[in-house]
Amino acid sequence: MLVMAAVAEIRSNGLWVIVASFIIAMLFSVVALPDSIPWELGYLRPQWVVLVLIYWIIALPHRIGIVVAWLVGLLLDVLLGSLLGQHGMAFIVVAYIASSLYQRLRMFAVWQQSLIVFATVGLSQMINFWVENLAGLSEWDMWYLVSAFISALLWPWVFMVLRYLRRVFNVT
Amino acid sequence: MLGLSILSIGLMVVDHLSNILDDARAGLSVLVTPVVVIADYPNKTAEVFREVFSSREEMQTRIIDLDQELLLLKVKTQEMAALRAENNRLRDLLGSAAKIQDNVLVGELIGVDPDPKRHEVVIDKGLNHNVFVGQPVLDAQGLMGQVIEVSLFTSRVLLISDESHSVPVQVVRSNLRLIARGTGVSHQLELRHLQNTADIRPGDFLVSSGLGDRFPIGYPVGTVNKVEHDPGKPFATATATPSAQLNRTRHVLLVFNEEKLDTIDAGDGSSG
Repeated sequence: MLVMAAVAEIRSNGLWVIVASFIIAMLFSVVALPDSIPWELGYLRPQWVVLVLIYWIIALPHRIGIVVAWLVGLLLDVLLGSLLGQHGMAFIVVAYIASSLYQRLRMFAVWQQSLIVFATVGLSQMINFWVENLAGLSEWDMWYLVSAFISALLWPWVFMVLRYLRRVFNVT
Repeated sequence: MLGLSILSIGLMVVDHLSNILDDARAGLSVLVTPVVVIADYPNKTAEVFREVFSSREEMQTRIIDLDQELLLLKVKTQEMAALRAENNRLRDLLGSAAKIQDNVLVGELIGVDPDPKRHEVVIDKGLNHNVFVGQPVLDAQGLMGQVIEVSLFTSRVLLISDESHSVPVQVVRSNLRLIARGTGVSHQLELRHLQNTADIRPGDFLVSSGLGDRFPIGYPVGTVNKVEHDPGKPFATATATPSAQLNRTRHVLLVFNEEKLDTIDAGDGSSG
């Protein structure tokens, strides 16, 4: 009986919504831009996966934490061909900040959340840069922070869409 | 948290310094392959739409053009067969090894690295088609790059325009050997350590020199477009335009050298 109840609970609390949101975020982060637009615009691509991660940590801190963040980061490493553990490392830090601030973040207005998102995404971008730099793969570029800025600008919309989905599908 | 951090750092160090994690990465890649495939759909659909909505006349002119091109290429192939036979006979006379005819496999590009600084693409052939790390990749016009990572169904190709990539080349006119380095800009290669007296000028055609045992000899790499002699510097600088259409090709050719295939089939026991 207990097992049945547990299975029913897992089914009812909408794990698939969380998984689907991460998959869609990953799609957005690799989908190729059309040839017609200049390649520099690729730098403006927001960090979709970090945004989705922050949302779920704020909304469901008892389910999504550091371990999930690390696993998602690892998958992203494979997807992007970066060093194994690079995004994992960055996401641990994001998850740590978000899960220690979630009670405060919930009380914030959306624009205040955006500021925190900017700082957090910026930090994860810095970690990515440090790793790549130590491995001799890239040089410092202000574009890293531009991406964090765009992510912060998009945060209100990501927040609203995910909150809507969470309520409709009753993800708890 | 600390444990996972240390684990991540460990993984990164191991991944950077050795290739023992490649299998794990290939395994995980299979998990994310659907994401790569689905992410390619917008492009693929756009292509289909273009074909569906092009008019009958456009299609007819295209078919006529293609027919003419095919005819031209067939004529060239005939010449080529005769030339190849002659070349091999001459090489025989000189006592050097005959040039091996390369086999190719056509792959389709299904993903582009979202980081504009990294010139890497993902193609739809992997271990299931015997693709191997280090395999040269061409497009219809010239050398594109090499395979750097293989998973079961996909593989990752580093383009010659990436900043971390260099390819040994040779000037066709003067047989001068050089290294062409990627610049991070997809329409430019940089020729390094060029002597001020080197016999090179704009318009010179560069082919792969076969040195370094990575790329087969004689495939087009690019055309020199600028040579600058600065009297104050020990080396002249030159840039070249890649022959391959690095940022717009959708179909690529993976080159199988027959020798390489034999060694793979025979396993590690035989020496090359």
